Amino acid sequence: MSDTPMDRAARATPPVIARRIRGLSDRSIAWLFVAPSIILLLAVNIFPLIWTVRLSFTNFRVNRPNAAVEFIGLQNYRRILTDGDIWLTMQATAHFLIWTIVLQVLIGFSLAYLINKKFRGNDLWTTIIVLPMMLSPAVVGNFWTFLYQPQIGLFNYAVSFLTGVDPSSFSMIGSVNLAPWAIIIVDTWMWTPFVMLICLAGLRSIPDSIYEAAECDRASKWRQFWTITIPMVLPFLMLAILFRGIENFKMFDLVVQLTGGGPGSTTELTSINLKREAFEKWRTGYASAYAVILFVTVFGLASIYVKALNKVKQR
Amino acid sequence: MSYSVTEPSARQKWFAGILVVFYAVVTIMPLLWIITTGFKSPSDAIAYPPKVVFNPTLEGYVNLFTTRTRVSPETLAEMGEPTTWYERLVRKDGLVIAGPSRFGERFTNSVIIGFGSTVLCIVLGTAAAYAFSRFKVPLKDDLLFFILSTRMMPPIAVAIPIFLMFRQLGLSDTHLGMILLYTAVNLSLSVWLLKGFIDEIPVEYEEAALIDGYTRFQAFYKVVLPQAATGIASTAIFCLIFAWNEYAFAVLLTSGTAQTAPPFIPTIIGVSGQDWPAVAAGATLFLVPVMVFTIVLRKHLLRGITFGAVRK
Repeated sequence: MSDTPMDRAARATPPVIARRIRGLSDRSIAWLFVAPSIILLLAVNIFPLIWTVRLSFTNFRVNRPNAAVEFIGLQNYRRILTDGDIWLTMQATAHFLIWTIVLQVLIGFSLAYLINKKFRGNDLWTTIIVLPMMLSPAVVGNFWTFLYQPQIGLFNYAVSFLTGVDPSSFSMIGSVNLAPWAIIIVDTWMWTPFVMLICLAGLRSIPDSIYEAAECDRASKWRQFWTITIPMVLPFLMLAILFRGIENFKMFDLVVQLTGGGPGSTTELTSINLKREAFEKWRTGYASAYAVILFVTVFGLASIYVKALNKVKQR
Repeated sequence: MSYSVTEPSARQKWFAGILVVFYAVVTIMPLLWIITTGFKSPSDAIAYPPKVVFNPTLEGYVNLFTTRTRVSPETLAEMGEPTTWYERLVRKDGLVIAGPSRFGERFTNSVIIGFGSTVLCIVLGTAAAYAFSRFKVPLKDDLLFFILSTRMMPPIAVAIPIFLMFRQLGLSDTHLGMILLYTAVNLSLSVWLLKGFIDEIPVEYEEAALIDGYTRFQAFYKVVLPQAATGIASTAIFCLIFAWNEYAFAVLLTSGTAQTAPPFIPTIIGVSGQDWPAVAAGATLFLVPVMVFTIVLRKHLLRGITFGAVRK
């Protein structure tokens, strides 16, 4: 059979257009236009990914190119899954993920709710609030280490001004207990506007007529908030959480510059841990297995989540 | 008395306005601090309590751009007339130069790689988006999802093989290599956004053009492209911003010739430790274009950062 999907597609093209073609046919144009992108993505994304999977079954090390490469089966995977330190980085990552999402959703939704009150000049203030999100996380992270300096930093000064605590008595990025919070604060500062924008889009998508109807039924403001506003914004909110979750799971630049994973390994999130294995200890095979596990985790969690999201949307 | 249900009362507006302005002021503080620190002298930058009023100086910017090694004032005096703006400043204000800085070079790299990948991304992305929008491409949904899914990958997960591959092909630490890489990273954004924009252009325009005797190609670049111009422009700016801010690949795959500014700025070291005014000056210069674009893009912001998944 020579009836390729392309042929079927060409036949399905509206006759008006199909008949009028001179030069290249629609079919070849479609291929010509899509192929370069697909080829580039295959070369720079998929090929390396397959290579990573292959490397994950070996004991290859980039810094020892002459050593014999052996296939060692699932050994890398077994070692990772039984390594206690990895579970610690997973815990650190989970802690970071949960708190950033909780804070960003609470603050982001509140801000969107307030901005939706349409006060004068809200456009200007929204633009100002949105700025941090567009900046380079690495550059911003680096500068926040300056703001967090115990002796000279603006952050400690502000905290001592507000609470009276001695500013040199605590160090956000030097203390084991505070360091995770140091990155949570900066991440929240940077990304709350993102959640805010999505919530704002959600709030603006609710037709006024629903509230008017509720008002006729004499529903209280409180009741309207919980039975109209929240359910209508929920799909948007869940999408925001999905985006933030994926982004924060692979969070790298901000944390590298801010704490570098320290002190000790209190802020060593999975991607930092992975970078250490791959580019400092040069355990390439091991790091590849690690990368595969992370990738499968993100994909698995994301697809379960997307299913839940679709259910909420359909409601 | 008649009033609209959804129009908030004047008191509510005041209350909301005050809270939002308060948050905006708090959120903008770190940014203002970066910008002002760039104009402080090193001793003002680390003064405690933090100095709000200070004598502005360009020392940070001088240290950022100087390409000369540190010399004593005596040697400096013997060197004859200064030739560059920063040397004149050094002479006039008796500034201390920490050492040569490569910021100019790194910034140029950011520009070359950022713009190069953006142009490539737009060319490939527009073509693909047009095909996805107008033709019945086989497996369309699967291909579109595949393109989107390339965005979920943590950069470190593919960095090792890309590192090996680039070394094999002689692309490591080159502008071309980084341009190709950033194009691949941003292609998903470009295709998804542009497809959204092109979907909104009525297909009747092209049909009319085809009936008038245009070929498909002519209809594409004479009818569709002009219509999609604003969409293409904002997509380009988003691609540029993402390439501009990228750090993970830059720090892992470049070491010298093709290094961009984000890995470089944190490494600016002064006479004693981190040279904060110079870091702040570099950060400011690096952030300014993005801030300007953000203000320009206000309307398209949401679409751009969510790949068009949420439309306002």
